[in-house]
Amino acid sequence: MASARSETTLSETARSATALSAREQTADQQIHQVLNRLAFGARPGDVEAVRAMGVDAWVERQLYPERIADTATAQFVARFPTLGKTGEQLLADYPPPAAALAQLQRRGGTVSAADSAALQQQGRQSYAFLGELASSRVARAVMSERQLQEVLVDFWENHFNVFAGKDRTRYFLPEYDAQTIRPHALGSFRALLGAVAKSPAMLYYLDNWQSVADSGRPTLRPAARPLNARQAARRAAVLQQRVLQNPSLQQALSRRRGLNENYARELMELHTLGVEGGYTQQDVIEVARAFTGWTIARGAQGGGFAFRGEVHDAGAKTILGRSFAANRGIEEGEAVLDLLASHPSTARFIARKLAQRLVSDTPSAALVARGADTFLRTHGDIRAVVRTIVTSSEFFATANYRAKVKSPFELVTSTLRAMHAPPDATPRTSQLVSRLGQPLFGHQAPNGYPETGDAWMNTGAILNRINFGLAAAAGRVPGIRMAAWPLSAQLATASREAQVDGVIAELFGGAVSADTRQVLLTGSNPFLQQHGGANDSLLLADDSDAMMGNMAGEAPRVRQPAGADARAARREARQPAARQQQAAGREAVRPERGASLTQTIGSLPPLAGFAQIVGLALGAPEFQRR
Amino acid sequence: MSLNNHPVNRRVFLKGGALSLVTLGLSPQFLQRTAMAMALPRASRGKTLIVLFQRGAADALNVLVPFGDAHYYAARPQLAIATPARVRGATPAAGAIDLDGFFGLHPSLAAFKPLWDRGMLAPIHAVGSPSATRSHFDAQDYMETGTPDRKGTVDGWLNRYLAVKGTCESAACPPPSGPVPFRAVSMTAQTPRILEGASAVVAMNSLEEFSIRTNGGEAQRRIEALYRTGSSDLVHGSGSDMFEALKVLRAANPQQYRPANGVEYPRSAFGQRLLQIAQLIKSGVGLEVAFADVGGWDTHVNQGGAQGALATRLSDFSQSIAALVADLGDRMDDVVILTCSEFGRTVRQNGTGGTDHGHAGAMFVIGGSLRGSGAVRGRWPGLAPEQLHEGRDLALTTDFRAVFSEVVAKHLGAPQLAKIFPGYTGVQQDWLGLL
Repeated sequence: MASARSETTLSETARSATALSAREQTADQQIHQVLNRLAFGARPGDVEAVRAMGVDAWVERQLYPERIADTATAQFVARFPTLGKTGEQLLADYPPPAAALAQLQRRGGTVSAADSAALQQQGRQSYAFLGELASSRVARAVMSERQLQEVLVDFWENHFNVFAGKDRTRYFLPEYDAQTIRPHALGSFRALLGAVAKSPAMLYYLDNWQSVADSGRPTLRPAARPLNARQAARRAAVLQQRVLQNPSLQQALSRRRGLNENYARELMELHTLGVEGGYTQQDVIEVARAFTGWTIARGAQGGGFAFRGEVHDAGAKTILGRSFAANRGIEEGEAVLDLLASHPSTARFIARKLAQRLVSDTPSAALVARGADTFLRTHGDIRAVVRTIVTSSEFFATANYRAKVKSPFELVTSTLRAMHAPPDATPRTSQLVSRLGQPLFGHQAPNGYPETGDAWMNTGAILNRINFGLAAAAGRVPGIRMAAWPLSAQLATASREAQVDGVIAELFGGAVSADTRQVLLTGSNPFLQQHGGANDSLLLADDSDAMMGNMAGEAPRVRQPAGADARAARREARQPAARQQQAAGREAVRPERGASLTQTIGSLPPLAGFAQIVGLALGAPEFQRR
Repeated sequence: MSLNNHPVNRRVFLKGGALSLVTLGLSPQFLQRTAMAMALPRASRGKTLIVLFQRGAADALNVLVPFGDAHYYAARPQLAIATPARVRGATPAAGAIDLDGFFGLHPSLAAFKPLWDRGMLAPIHAVGSPSATRSHFDAQDYMETGTPDRKGTVDGWLNRYLAVKGTCESAACPPPSGPVPFRAVSMTAQTPRILEGASAVVAMNSLEEFSIRTNGGEAQRRIEALYRTGSSDLVHGSGSDMFEALKVLRAANPQQYRPANGVEYPRSAFGQRLLQIAQLIKSGVGLEVAFADVGGWDTHVNQGGAQGALATRLSDFSQSIAALVADLGDRMDDVVILTCSEFGRTVRQNGTGGTDHGHAGAMFVIGGSLRGSGAVRGRWPGLAPEQLHEGRDLALTTDFRAVFSEVVAKHLGAPQLAKIFPGYTGVQQDWLGLL
């Protein structure tokens, strides 16, 4: 076994000798680099596996996720039955509270306590599937063998951001994840762009489903033959019925109809060309005209994509200097997407953003240019662009090693992977991601979460991250059990120094600053003793207790908030799974409504010995990076 | 395992307050540095703006009751608040609290009446977003970004204020005085939209949770050491700032807080959040902008009249704010409290004893240095059917940006209003003369 492995390594090394020569990172650093950037961190054993396979072979394998067996992940996420449902099905199964409310209003009269309770119950249920979706995203990132696929799903769902909290958008998110983003994450950018343009999630979030030709503009004739009187009456009755089921439809119908520029603007600014990509306000208007009639088959009730010629602005248009003839119907929007997906600005914008995610907050112009070249040459083959970026000398440059700040999603999933935790069937782990500041599908504005580290680093965020690391080591993060960590058993009786070096080897590939190692070892370092810092820390043993006491001007003996925190956390953990998913779903929609991280984890027991080393390491500056 | 391990020490600390800091072994060097930190923020002697968001669309017509408008009673046979005169002598608690002979406060806002009498309360009617949306999401988004009908705005207007005010473009700028970690605080679990952006903001549910969660002193010392090492990158820098913030907060000693004048805040989450804002203001940690929100205003069903669901919300709302004002005492000269909600509600009551999504709403501006007290602000558009927005809602006569921009300009001295409210053209000309 050992000899077979070394043979593989040798042949790999020989094969990619040329490539390696341009790489500044050591062989070990390269292994950690690909596991940190093209995966959500290393699990115990992953480093050895990549070493055995060879870095380049591992990367190439990850570029073809469809060839990697991943049955355990498929089996795990099968426990979330709502993932495979369309928005239309979910709207039928878990009607929004507004629909029930409308029924009550039609009935009139008084509303009983039972009615109220039923309404509330219905309201809670209408968020549960969103919690399941978030749980599945975390679980896949933690356990999937197709790690690069998951990294890119995370990237594209953020690039094509939609916000779960806008009205009914959440109903369309499971199909957005399953049908719109996943199949194209490493495929054709044009196909991905088209899938997004026709997805109910984006059509709803950016209002295009309601965008129709301004009055006075020519439209296409209705495709169907004219209705006779009986059919017209029936259609009117159907419409009235739908309005009754959904008051917001009435609102949509009564609103002054016309062009909505929202999608057209973000399509160019955020999805393709970039804000400096060379389009004008007039282009925004013309593109919006081209997409009139691109809507959802049953509107706010869901259904798939539909094109409605009768509200499509059929006039001629000029977009980015190119003429579009009149009366082309749906083909016109497709042609606009073709134009945008093959535009040099798009190639640069997408290449740069991918390089920001995968290489550096400030990727070099040369790397971006090479990525853009590949994009144009391959007609937007995402796999080819990613390959150009992640096999570049910049990707393997020393300056870009551990240079990215982890997002909260990356921090949580990499911690779970490092600690060999099984995926969490409850929503508690995805709630931790929320409470660290990144609720999935919880970013309101269409630009998505930033790809740069400064956005994730501030006073409150770092405190939460430290507390998260401590909570993980204290066994307060679902699935993490110190006793089950392979390293625990190995080092149980070792010296502190051996334990520290073992943890450093496992979590940091053996490389941390001398300062950090010294602090893990002794709790102090020469710099601090000289300048005074940690030694006059305010963080004495009882300080946090004191912080707990008497916040509301009550007698200290009356209140035990630390205990109350822990009780609340336990109470939360005991809730039935369905209830938990509902709460998690609502939290993504209204993050400020949720509990904070500190409330979630409660106060932690004092950490000592090996657990303390692990808690410190997970909270250390080095672990905030990837 | 947590609190009760060291009962003796804890009791000593709590009783002894600052003195016991020394007895617990803090060095004189630390106290000196803390004293320096305390002298640092100019803002501690400066102004504070507190923004309170009523999420869910508060029913402005039952908050600030137009009892002088007969159409009000015609549209709301069951929900309307009675005129002050009608119930005089009978059940006075059930009628509106007369302000100016035309408008009155909901009876559950009784705690606001003394503020009104002292010229500290400026109610504004028919104010809100010029956007016609009736989506909670869109309307809150617009009110928090300060850019109605523009969805691409990435930051909130309060954060843009912080960024603009923090940028000194003149050559005579003072040297930077170092970080003021509690310059902007949101008493929420996550940073709200209104405070998203480039400037640093601390978001927390309570002061007590702004702490390292393990009480193992050794572990905490080591964590601090990890972040205090020589490196000066982003991660280390944020960590160092955070430990400074912990020290500033600890020096301010919030756990020893006692509200002034025997004030008792409501025990509600909202009341407790306002209490902690008062703590921060009085602690002199440099609080310049504070935010809190309170839900429960989306009263489609059984909202009640003088009593009921809305009345309960309003009691908590007004009593919490009145407690904050009383607690802050003379400091209210340097404080402005601004309340807002995404839109108002339909003029007519609906079929389930409630009201549906409407258009213009009401705000309150509260402070110790308001101008021209004793008037309800804004132009009243009337409630006759032909005066309504889209035939159903209170029409808008004051853009919410008129209020926001006047307050940040006059109270906080914000420069460059065009950067804080891009696209808004009503600066100065539409101001209400609040300050």
